[in-house]
Amino acid sequence: MKGLITLLKQFKNGLITENPTFVLLLGMCPTLATTTSIKNGIGMGLSATVVLTMSNLFISVLRKAIPKKIRIASYIVIISAFVTTVEMLLNAYFPDLAKQLGIFIPLIVVNCIILARAEAFASKNPVLPSIIDGLSMGLGFTMALGILGFIREILGNGTLFDFSLFGGNFNPATVMILPPGGFLTLGCVLGVINYLKDEGRRRKS
Amino acid sequence: MRDLLILATTVIFVENIVLTQFLGICPFLGVSKKVSTAIGMGMAVTFVMTLASFMTYLCQIFLLIPLKIEYMQTMTFILIIASLVQFVEMFLQKSSPALYQALGIYLPLITTNCAVLGVALLNIQEKYNLIQSIVHGFAGGLSFTLAIVLFAGVRERLESANIPKPLRGFPIALISAALMSLAFMGFSGLKIG
Repeated sequence: MKGLITLLKQFKNGLITENPTFVLLLGMCPTLATTTSIKNGIGMGLSATVVLTMSNLFISVLRKAIPKKIRIASYIVIISAFVTTVEMLLNAYFPDLAKQLGIFIPLIVVNCIILARAEAFASKNPVLPSIIDGLSMGLGFTMALGILGFIREILGNGTLFDFSLFGGNFNPATVMILPPGGFLTLGCVLGVINYLKDEGRRRKS
Repeated sequence: MRDLLILATTVIFVENIVLTQFLGICPFLGVSKKVSTAIGMGMAVTFVMTLASFMTYLCQIFLLIPLKIEYMQTMTFILIIASLVQFVEMFLQKSSPALYQALGIYLPLITTNCAVLGVALLNIQEKYNLIQSIVHGFAGGLSFTLAIVLFAGVRERLESANIPKPLRGFPIALISAALMSLAFMGFSGLKIG
């Protein structure tokens, strides 16, 4: 029972309290670049989740064997091995998604979330909590990308999961799926989150 | 020559590496509070990006392709960039302490700057030759510098502006970045070919 509670706490931590995108503001490049549609956003999020979970697992297993001085370099090698694996799998099974995400798949290597979790969590904790941490942080990232993709796809293209929502006469604001829309959506979402947080605090006091 | 100039203007203005390709957003948002630090970061990135384009290109041609291990690209490139950054740091420390003082604190950050790896990967993807790769790397650095310095100028002004409370900090920075990105889309008329 106690184990379950800590587990749930960890998930809440990754999804909400320390959401990597909305709270920690890590990994901004893929967040902005791949959220032109909800499908791409979730695809990117899940790829990063796989890499994050697997690298957390391995780094946690090897945490006592890796010398302190070269730990960052070792983490990068481990991470890039999984990124390459994910890249090959995506190319083989989801070629369309791989084409859409393009250069941002190999760039998962330099996604700060993964290195940050390796350094801050997996290198100090046993295997099981590290896997859970990777999963929850990854899902938090996926959720954030999904939300941004959802907003941008509806406003910028008038579709959701490629289904047309408003019929043929709808004239979408294409700018939302172009680069400026990425910055604008994230800025507005962060503003709304800050507002809700302030409101919550005021109501409490 | 003409092709190289076209390539450079495209990378700097039309397809600005930060504002339209979304590479290097983390330092763009993180190290852009003051113009002086933004210039330092921009110079360090330009330096490393040019060198990295050169090194990774040679590595691809003389190592990965002959050995038929192109799938190791990501791993080798990131290791090259990481060691390059380390090397540049040590070299600057010994040879020009003044420059080291100016760029020093930004150098370790560059390893995880996705613009550097991104440009190296794009060089291969777009099938550039050696000269084109170097020009692409250098122009990519200038493009990053342009964006981050302009943005730092905007943010210095924002400090004294009266902004609604929930938008203070990152949200307003992102919204101003959106406006800058919109302005850079005006350059798309320059696109040739």
